[in-house]
Amino acid sequence: MKQVFTRPESLKDVPTHFCPGCNHGTVHRLVGEAIDDLGLRSETIGVASVGCSVFLYGYFDIDVIEAPHGRAPAVATGAKRARPDRIVFTYQGDGDLAAIGMSEIIHSANRGEDITVIFVNNTTYGMTGGQMAPTTLPGQKTSTSPYGRDVSKDGAPFKMAELLAGLDGVAFSARVSLDSPKNVLMAKKLIKTAFQYQVEKKGFSFIEALSSCPTNWGMSPLAANQRVTDEMVPYFPLGTYKNRADL
Amino acid sequence: MNSPVTEKIFVKGNEAVAMAALEAGCRCYFGYPITPQSDIPEYLSRELPKTGGEFLQAESEIGAINMLLGASAAGVRAMTSSSGPGISLKQEGISYMAGSELPGVIVDIMRQGPGLGGIDASQADYFQATRGGGHGGYRIIVLAPNSVQEMYDLTMLAFDLSDLYRIPAMVLADSVIGQMKESIVANARPEVVLPEKGWAVRGRGEGTEQNVVKSLKLGDGEMEKFHWMMHDRYQLLADKENRWEEYQTDDAELIVTAFGSTSRISKTAVTMAREAGMKVGLMRPVTLFPFPKPAYAALSERCKLFLTIELSTGQMVDDVRLSVARDAEVAFYGRPPGAGSLPTPEELFEQIAHRYRARPAVAEVTL
Amino acid sequence: MRHDVFIAGYGGQGVLLAGNLLSYAAIYEGNNVSFFPAYGVEKRGGAAMCTIVFADGDTGSPVVGSPTVSLLLNPLSFEKYAAKVKRGGVCIVNSSLVDITGVELPGIEIIPIPMNQLALEIGDVRMVNMVACGAYSEMSGALAISSLEAALKKALPERNHRLIPANITAIEAGARAARAKKA
Repeated sequence: MKQVFTRPESLKDVPTHFCPGCNHGTVHRLVGEAIDDLGLRSETIGVASVGCSVFLYGYFDIDVIEAPHGRAPAVATGAKRARPDRIVFTYQGDGDLAAIGMSEIIHSANRGEDITVIFVNNTTYGMTGGQMAPTTLPGQKTSTSPYGRDVSKDGAPFKMAELLAGLDGVAFSARVSLDSPKNVLMAKKLIKTAFQYQVEKKGFSFIEALSSCPTNWGMSPLAANQRVTDEMVPYFPLGTYKNRADL
Repeated sequence: MNSPVTEKIFVKGNEAVAMAALEAGCRCYFGYPITPQSDIPEYLSRELPKTGGEFLQAESEIGAINMLLGASAAGVRAMTSSSGPGISLKQEGISYMAGSELPGVIVDIMRQGPGLGGIDASQADYFQATRGGGHGGYRIIVLAPNSVQEMYDLTMLAFDLSDLYRIPAMVLADSVIGQMKESIVANARPEVVLPEKGWAVRGRGEGTEQNVVKSLKLGDGEMEKFHWMMHDRYQLLADKENRWEEYQTDDAELIVTAFGSTSRISKTAVTMAREAGMKVGLMRPVTLFPFPKPAYAALSERCKLFLTIELSTGQMVDDVRLSVARDAEVAFYGRPPGAGSLPTPEELFEQIAHRYRARPAVAEVTL
Repeated sequence: MRHDVFIAGYGGQGVLLAGNLLSYAAIYEGNNVSFFPAYGVEKRGGAAMCTIVFADGDTGSPVVGSPTVSLLLNPLSFEKYAAKVKRGGVCIVNSSLVDITGVELPGIEIIPIPMNQLALEIGDVRMVNMVACGAYSEMSGALAISSLEAALKKALPERNHRLIPANITAIEAGARAARAKKA
């Protein structure tokens, strides 16, 4: 019998600490599949960030550097400049990338660093217990926005895929979602494209993955998944915002 | 490795740092402009690419130190440089590097502070440098050159010690040493046997173990074990790497002690005191961490009066007091930094002379 | 032997180039050299000063409180620094700009040299720093004129090497003026 589903070689055979219904595990898997499919496992360096994705080294069977909060793109820049023949990617959450690390992500993207950034947007700080994030939706209640995000005071959520697409150094910028099998397949394809662009030294590649956070949203996994479809996707439209191949 | 150079060249202290970095095989430099150290990035932006190295002007000091972290984690020699305000911003990254046991060279050309302060010389970042500077309880290697030649030699030593001990190393100078020009010999990189960087991330290759460079330590007892291991490593560093210079200390009844630029001014003041018939010497720590405590202890067995001189209201003086014998007196003369007000040898001579004359009588022993 | 010299003027008078020239000349003669510059925040027109210490042994302090010789090129630096010269030392003053009539400094020899005028006679007032260096060489006897001339190649950027003959003329004019004062 032909085996059609197996663990990617780039991932370790261990259970994760992620909550039920969280999409981090799915994104890990898709990144692992992309690395396997492109045959990059032996030459890839991952840069972990601070947040729920901090244990990257525990799940990926590749070399990993753990970066300070928000600094993963700067750390990845250093690693890539030191070893330009390696594949370097960061894996960051919304607080890490779009709040404390905004300077690092914008400048790395603008320099066109040959790195891939996987950005998991779940509209909240998951690890610290569900505080307001730079991508928290208008009106969304969190532990630090108990009356709902007030756009007049907190500003509107950052749309990172669109924002980075406007920079000349960016070769590829896309937003994907994991709320349906179809969207997961699309995510797999675009994540692979992002890594492929790095292999071809086309410049900075960026994937924003919309993700659920049932625990901090106070929802069941199914209800949280439905929220991604009903509330997040309309605010953060899916699609490819920049593709150097199109230019 | 170049062949030995013996011809003297005339360069700025900051340029000597940059030249030494090239000779030491530094492959990556990341920095951000700030006075009075901008000669370093300017030199390296011109020369590092010629050697196949990477020069990158970062978006911030925070960006620069984290790029250093990344390059160092990838196993290459890398450096950043800055001055007070920028060094403060780098402390986050330095703490992560210390926690990740990463080597890397950080150059601090001290200027006045706190805050924006001013661009003239200061030694008020002694505590920040020698106590680690960031959060979590760690130390870094701190070397204090007092000449352009030492800017060159100690920068190379910083790379070697940092690689050898897997501790970030700082070259701590000030705008006097950074901006002045002196005739130096650009020595070839010394032959030092260094361990392989088997811990570096390179892509795990086929069949080799996964390498992870991290500071997060959540395992049972893992953090405590790490701290005691580093404690032992700092002790090893103190046992093996203390460096200092003594001048006319053999029969001294007063020993002046100062580091960096102040030690240069002090040395001339000590010479003036000798010419005036006073038995005065100079003790200059070259390593500020590790601080050469045993050397101070030995000196204080025969000389009971010390005078610490700093461009601050007193920082290194604490380490001197902790190092000397209990019955030794440690006086202090400080010139907290002020624009255009460096102490002169004449001024320091006066400080030495009045303390020397007021010293307790030493019983003459006649055999 | 340890020698020290302090040079001050306003930005644009070539104070730092003069300091570099004396430094290279001292290296040419086999000395160790410390050159310590200091200048105002302004790029042009502010104060410029430097101290050069050279010795066959240790140069010691790059900071000198009482210089043995000072070259003071404008009125402001004369006011601020003339009295700091060591007793028994020499203060070489640009008398084209500084009026020293009636000025006496106990224990300090004041040597007025009309540096601007000499430079203008050579054809370029910017040579004022070279005139000063020539006067220093002659008055101190610490560095030979021929060493200064040899050092020009190192002190001047390549693109200005065509100006070396004019610089030599200015150095020699400064030296001649100083020799006349000595006699």
